[in-house]
Amino acid sequence: MTSPTTVQNSQVQKKQRKYSPLKEFWKSFKKQKAALLASIFIGLLIVVAIIGPYIAPYDPFEPDYDALLEGPSASHLAGTDEYGRDIFSRLIVGAKISLMVSFSAVFLGLILGTILGLISGYFGGWIDKVIMRSCDVLFSFPDLLLAIAIVALLGPGINNVIIAVMIFSVPSFARLVRGATLNAKENVYVEAAQSMGASHVRVLWKHIFPETISELIIFVTMRIGTAILAASGLSFLGLGASPEMPEWGVMLSSGRDYLGTSSHVVIMPGIAIFLTVLAFNLIGDGLRDVLDPKIKNN
Amino acid sequence: MWKYTARRIVEMIPILIVISILTFLFIHLIPGDPARLVAGKDATIEDVENVRHELGLDKPILKQYVDYMKNLMTGELGTSLTTGLPVIDMFKTRFMPSLHLTFLSMLWATLIGLMIGVFSAINKNKWPDYFGMVTAVSGISIPGFWLGLLLIQLFSVQLGLFPTGGLDGFSSYILPSLTLGAGIMSMIARFTRSSMLETLQADFIRTGRAKGLKEHSVIVTHALRNSLISVVTVAGLQFGFLLGGSVVVETVFSFPGMGRLLIDSIAFRDYPVIQSALLLFAFEFILVNLIVDVLYTVLNPKIQLDS
Repeated sequence: MTSPTTVQNSQVQKKQRKYSPLKEFWKSFKKQKAALLASIFIGLLIVVAIIGPYIAPYDPFEPDYDALLEGPSASHLAGTDEYGRDIFSRLIVGAKISLMVSFSAVFLGLILGTILGLISGYFGGWIDKVIMRSCDVLFSFPDLLLAIAIVALLGPGINNVIIAVMIFSVPSFARLVRGATLNAKENVYVEAAQSMGASHVRVLWKHIFPETISELIIFVTMRIGTAILAASGLSFLGLGASPEMPEWGVMLSSGRDYLGTSSHVVIMPGIAIFLTVLAFNLIGDGLRDVLDPKIKNN
Repeated sequence: MWKYTARRIVEMIPILIVISILTFLFIHLIPGDPARLVAGKDATIEDVENVRHELGLDKPILKQYVDYMKNLMTGELGTSLTTGLPVIDMFKTRFMPSLHLTFLSMLWATLIGLMIGVFSAINKNKWPDYFGMVTAVSGISIPGFWLGLLLIQLFSVQLGLFPTGGLDGFSSYILPSLTLGAGIMSMIARFTRSSMLETLQADFIRTGRAKGLKEHSVIVTHALRNSLISVVTVAGLQFGFLLGGSVVVETVFSFPGMGRLLIDSIAFRDYPVIQSALLLFAFEFILVNLIVDVLYTVLNPKIQLDS
């Protein structure tokens, strides 16, 4: 016969088993309406970026000289550009370029910055000094100027834009991770792992790195928005993607000569950049509200 | 304060030296032969060697750096490869317009950003707050080059209120400064809001209200004044954002400033101008950060006491 206490215990255990950090996170995150909406938008954009070439109503590279600079209509939802190319199709295909450039630049910066930050914070001493002073030097150039300098050095092109945006992201990630590492390494469990003979790599990877993840997630999201702005800005300045590519910054740049007569050529790619960056910033804000312990406590 | 300033200046020196090395190495880091790049594809071997000699690239690298630093100290920044003019003379005409543009942007962005932040904080979770924060998050997300083009279309082309570009009196500064300041304004608004919300919960605010002070006095004299120090510091530290942004904004508005000069020089591979412009931007950024840091210690009585 089961006693009432056993039943109660099993119910408690069931409840405990049900608890998961991911569920807890989702419960808080779904209350952030703007961030949730922004996540859906970015999710759809990623799908569009992947299947873009298959769903684009027109060939984004095919000129149509009978339809130059046509305004938005049922046949061309976002109008056509100066070569008669369908802007909507170019935006769809361009989503892949914009997302790929920003994602790869930020993730490369994240990997490099995290490694440097972990080493700097964990080992301290001269390694810390060298890494942090190098970051200070990179910080002495404003972000976009540093990117411009790197592209000026390496030459224009989408790959060089990725390298430039990655390099200006590295010091920010390194400084953030270093700070979190300094905090985390004071924990007793780190000391315990060290005294049990765990290797530096194991301590860093298994015990310290997980402590930096929530801050990194927030920062990466915000940084993707900045990267999209920087990459499209470089393309706008003629330092990024080549003129025929359907990259959003390039589309905006080539359309500006027609601003007075056919403003949709400039407005449409601008809306695409604006909404995407806005969505990433809103997700970043939402994640910060949910994940940042300081805000949580307040 | 003087001790702190002196210490900060001393700390700046190694960073400045590294920056000077980086800008010096700029021409050496270009993939390929820089003399060949400058001389052009069709140049003869003799032409290339002449360019190499003119740029001093035929000397040992250490000697080149020492010469570069000596020239820097005397304000000799070399000669532009495209115009043949001394780089320093080109900077003289370009620097001030850029500086005016940056300060004007900073001024309006700080004033409006503060106002939006305060209104949002005192109306927390009401429509002025939502409106203020939507404006702020949009300002951060909007690409400067797009905003600039939209402003030109509306205020210059359709309404004819301001010039579409160039520099012809004060009116030429209005649209570029609105474009350049939008991002900073948004950051200041967000920061002011959170800083005010924190201050409004402090005990001295409750005391102020309890002793019957008018709400206006509580907000302006007590809460805002307290938040102002950190807000002004944050605003100052965002100066780099303006320097970077100025390159894009000056290009959109064909504004004859340092940013436009940099982009034109990159297009024409005018390396002496690129090198010196980058050095000047970095120096300006470091100097502003130093001024902001020192000002912070002057403004914040707590730090004065600590020191």
